[in-house]
Amino acid sequence: MTNAILTGLMLGGMYALIAMGLTLQYGVARIMNLSYGEFLIAAAFASHWLFTGWAISPFVGLALVVPLAFVLNFAIYKLLLTPLVRRAPNRDALEVDSILATFGLTFVIQGSMLALFGGAYYSYSFLAFPVQFLGETVAANRLAALGITILLGLALYAALTRTRAGTAVRAVAVDPFAAQLVAINVPQASALTFALGGALVAAAGVLVSTFLTFSASSGVVFTMKALIVVVMGGVGNMLGCLVAGLALGLSEALVASYVDPGLTLAVNFALFLAVLLVKPAGLLGRATR
Amino acid sequence: MAPVDAPWEEKMMTFLTRRTALLAAATCAATLGLTAIAEAQTSIKIGYAISRTGPNTGGAAVTTIPNYELWVKEVNAAGGIKLGDKRVPIEVVQYDDRSNAEEAVRALERLINQDKVDFILPPWGTGLNLAVGPTLNREGYPHLAATAVTDRAPELAKRWPNSFWLLGTSADAAKSLVELLNKLRDEKKIGDTVAMVSIADGFGIDLSSAARPALTNAKFKLAYDKSYPIGTQDLAPIVNEIKALNPDVFIAFSYPPDTLALTEQSRIAGLNPKVFYTGVGTAFPLYKQKFGKNTEGVMGIGGWSGDSPAIKDYLARHKAAANGAEPDRWASAVTYASLQMLQQAIERVGKIDRAAVIMDLQTGTFDTVIGKVKLENNMPTRYWWVGQWQDGEFYGIAPAKNEGARAAIVPKPAWVAP
Amino acid sequence: MSARIAGFGATALAALALLALVPRLGNAYYLALAISLLQYTVLATAWGMFSGPTRYVSLATTAFFGVGAYTVAVLGEILPWPLVLLTAAALGAIVAGIVGLSTLRLSGVYFVIFTFGLTELIRQLVVWFEVNKSRVLGRYVFVNITQADIYWQLLVLTAAVFLLGWLIARSRLGFALRVIGEDETVAKHCGINTTFAKVALFTISATVMTLVGAIMAPRWTYIEPSIAFNSMISFQVLIMALLGGAHRLWGPVLGAVPLTLLFELLSARFPNTFTIILGCIFLLIVYMLPRGVAGLFEKLSTTAGGKPTQRVAA
Repeated sequence: MTNAILTGLMLGGMYALIAMGLTLQYGVARIMNLSYGEFLIAAAFASHWLFTGWAISPFVGLALVVPLAFVLNFAIYKLLLTPLVRRAPNRDALEVDSILATFGLTFVIQGSMLALFGGAYYSYSFLAFPVQFLGETVAANRLAALGITILLGLALYAALTRTRAGTAVRAVAVDPFAAQLVAINVPQASALTFALGGALVAAAGVLVSTFLTFSASSGVVFTMKALIVVVMGGVGNMLGCLVAGLALGLSEALVASYVDPGLTLAVNFALFLAVLLVKPAGLLGRATR
Repeated sequence: MAPVDAPWEEKMMTFLTRRTALLAAATCAATLGLTAIAEAQTSIKIGYAISRTGPNTGGAAVTTIPNYELWVKEVNAAGGIKLGDKRVPIEVVQYDDRSNAEEAVRALERLINQDKVDFILPPWGTGLNLAVGPTLNREGYPHLAATAVTDRAPELAKRWPNSFWLLGTSADAAKSLVELLNKLRDEKKIGDTVAMVSIADGFGIDLSSAARPALTNAKFKLAYDKSYPIGTQDLAPIVNEIKALNPDVFIAFSYPPDTLALTEQSRIAGLNPKVFYTGVGTAFPLYKQKFGKNTEGVMGIGGWSGDSPAIKDYLARHKAAANGAEPDRWASAVTYASLQMLQQAIERVGKIDRAAVIMDLQTGTFDTVIGKVKLENNMPTRYWWVGQWQDGEFYGIAPAKNEGARAAIVPKPAWVAP
Repeated sequence: MSARIAGFGATALAALALLALVPRLGNAYYLALAISLLQYTVLATAWGMFSGPTRYVSLATTAFFGVGAYTVAVLGEILPWPLVLLTAAALGAIVAGIVGLSTLRLSGVYFVIFTFGLTELIRQLVVWFEVNKSRVLGRYVFVNITQADIYWQLLVLTAAVFLLGWLIARSRLGFALRVIGEDETVAKHCGINTTFAKVALFTISATVMTLVGAIMAPRWTYIEPSIAFNSMISFQVLIMALLGGAHRLWGPVLGAVPLTLLFELLSARFPNTFTIILGCIFLLIVYMLPRGVAGLFEKLSTTAGGKPTQRVAA
C-alpha cells in the first residue's frame, strides 16, 4: 500500500509540475497555449544534449535551460501574442486566436526538433539507481523530481501570495480590467507571467527527461495532460493544480496496483469528467459566468 | 488594415506578415509550376510515404527510413538497377503519411496516379501496411511488408497475392518463445512461474493472446497476466507487483518507451528473474546505449545472426551511411533484405514489369544480408523470434534450428549499478 | 425572395450533379483527394453548425468519428450496409444526447477539455473492452464498397448537411441558438429552452460526424483504436472551421478546402520541412485573417457594395 501511494505521489507530482506553467499562462496571461508540450520536449532535448554531449548534469542544466526559456517565452509573448491580445475584443476571441496561433507554433517547434534530432526516441540514464524512502525502494530520479516540484511549488506559492508582484499577478487573474484600474500594468504582468509559465514548463521538461523516454513528436501528450490537470484543478489556481495532479497520480497508481493496469487511463479520464460534472469550474476554481 | 493610431509594433507586424505572405504565395506558385516537366525513361521511379511526424515516427526513424536511404544511396553509387544490359539510377519520390491511415492511402494513390512511380516501398508498422494493402493490390504493385506482424498474414497473402509478409505472425513468435522456455525448463534452468504484461495495442494483444494458451498447454503457471494502455507513464506498480510474485520468467510484449521504462523499473525494484524478456525496442541501439552492461542476458523480440559476415558488413555500412547510427536488430535487417529482394527480382525480369516482378518474388531465391531467402506462400520460412543481448550484441537464440543461433544465457546475470 | 432561393437551389443542384461526376475522371488520386475534401468539409460544417452559433468549442469530433468507424468494424460484415449506417447514426445520436445533457453546466475552456477527455475515455474503454472481452485489438473490414461509393455517400451527406443547416437557420431553433450565442441569460429570460436547443443541435452535429466515420471506415481495411480515434481529426476540424469562420454556415468550407489542399501540397513538396512551413503559413493566416476566410469575404463584399469608389486597400 505504501508503495502504491508513494508511486502515486511521485506520478501526481509530475503531473502537477507539468501543469503549473500552463495554469499561469492560461489563467493569468489568458493564452490557451497548444504548443505547451512542445516547449517541454524542447527542454528535454536541451537537457539530453547537455548531458550526453557535455556531461552537464540536468540539475546544472536547469540553471541554464530555465532562464533561457524565460527569455524566449517573454519574446514570444511580446512579438507573437501581443498583437492578438491587442486586437481581441473579448476573452472568447482571444481564446480562439491563441488556439490558432499556438497551434501554428506547435508545428514550427516540432518541425525544428524533427530537423535537428530526427524522429527517433531519446532517453538517458541519470540518477537511475534505487533509493530507500519510507521503507520502500524507489527510483532516485523520480524522487528528486518530486522534491524539486515541491520546492518550485512552494516558492511559486510564496511569490504569488507574499510579494507585491505576485499580488498583482493574482489580481490580473481575477479581473484584468479591474486590475488596470488599480494601476497594475496588465500587459507587463501578463508577459512576465507567460514567461514564468514557459520557464516552469522548461523545468518540467528537464526533470521529466531524466526518467521518461521522449521523441520529437511526443509533445501533444504533455499538452493534453497539462490541460486536463489545469482544468480539473480550476484555471489559474496553483493549489488546484497540485491537488488535481496528485488525485490523478494517486488514482492511477492505486488502480494499477489493485484493480487492473489496463484501466488506469480510463479511470483518470472518468475521474476528470466526474469532477467537472460536480464542480463545473474545477476542484478549486471560482464559479464564473 | 491597421488604424492610424495603432502602436508601431502592430503596424510593423501587419506590414511584415503581409510581405512574407506574398513571398510564401509566390514560392508556392513557382514550385507548382515546376511539377509538370515530363521526363524520359532514364530512371526507375521509386516512391514511398513514411511517417515523419506523428506517433509512428519513432519506429520509422529507426527501422525504415535509414534503410530506404542506405539502399538508394548504395544502388545509385553502383550506377543503379540493372535493366537488361544498362544500369538505371533510382529516382525517389517521398511523402509524409503523418502516421495516419487515410493519409497513407491517399499518398499511395498519389504516387501511383500522379507521380506514376514504377515501384512502391511500404510504410512502417502493422496498421499502415494493412491500410495500404488493398490499394497496392488493386494497382498491381509488389508489397514487401517488412515491419508488419499479423496473425492474418497467411490469409492476407492469399487475398492479395502481391503482398509479402516478411516479419511473420505473432502466433509464431509466441510459439517460438514458449518452445525456448520449455527447453530451458527441461534442462532444469528455470521453474514454471511466468509473469506476463502486454501493451493494449494490436501488437501486445495479438502476442499475449497467442502466448497465453501456448503457456498453459505447456503447463506453465501464469502468475500475472495484465495489459496496460499506451501512454502509461509509470510502470512501477506493475513491476512491484510482479516482483512480489517472484516469477522465473518475465515476459513483456511492450513498445519502445515502455520497454525502456520496464527495464529501468525492474532494475530499480530489483526484479531479476531467470528469463527477462521485453518487446519492441529491446533490439534498438538506444537500449544498449541506455543500459550498457545491464543489457547482458536480456531477451527480447527479434535478433539476428550477429556472427555472420553479411550482417557485420551491413552493420558497418549502415553506421557509415547514417552518421554512426546503428540499425535495430530485428526488422532493420529484414527491411534491407526486402529491398535487396526487390532489386534482384527487377534485375532478373530486366524491365519494369510489375506482374513479372511479383511472380519472381513468389518463386525466386534471393541472396540477402539475412542469408538466402526463398518465400513459400509469400512468407519466409525462417524468422528470428527471440534474441538476447550477449556481450553488447543482440544475437538470435530461437528458433534454435536457425543457422547462427546462439545458446541462451540463463539465468540472466544480476543487474549492476550503472 | 423565393425566386432567389429557387435560383440558389438550382445552382446547388447543378454543382452537385457536376461533383457527382468526379469518379468518372478515372483518376484514383483525384478521387482520393475529393474524398478527403468532402470528409473535412462535412466534419467542419457539422462542427460549425453547433459551435458557430453557441460558441462552444468542441474537441469531441474524433469521438463521434471513431464511434462510427468502430460500428462498421464490428457490424460491417454482419449487417447490410444501410443498416450499418443507421446503427452508427443511432449510436452517435445516443452518445451525443447523453454527453450534451451532462455538459451543459460547463462553459469556455472547461467544455473544450471535457470534450477532449470524453474522447479519450471512449477510446480507453473501447481498448479495454477489446483487450479483455473480445481479445482482438484491430479489426478487419472486408466489405464490398468501392472508393466511388464512399465518395457518393459523402457527397449526399454534404448536400444533406448544408440543407439541414439552412433549414435550421430559418427555423425557430436557429433563431433561439443565435440568441443564446449573443447572451445566454437573455435567451433564458426570453423564454427560450436553452437546454433543449443546445442538446438538439449538438446531437444533430454529432450524428453527422458519426456517419462520416462510418462511411470512411471501409477505406482502410483495418481499424484499431489509434486509427479510429486519432485525436488529430478533432484538432484539424476545429482549426479548419475556425479559420474559415464558424459564424456562417458556409464558413467552415472556406477553411476545410484550402487547408486540405495546403496539407497535401506541402507534404508532397517538402516531406522533410513540411511541419515548419505549415506552421509558418498557419501563423501568417492567423495574423492576416482575424475573422476567418468568411470574414474576409464579408469585408470584401461590403467594401465593394457600400463604397464603390473606394479602392481596395493594399
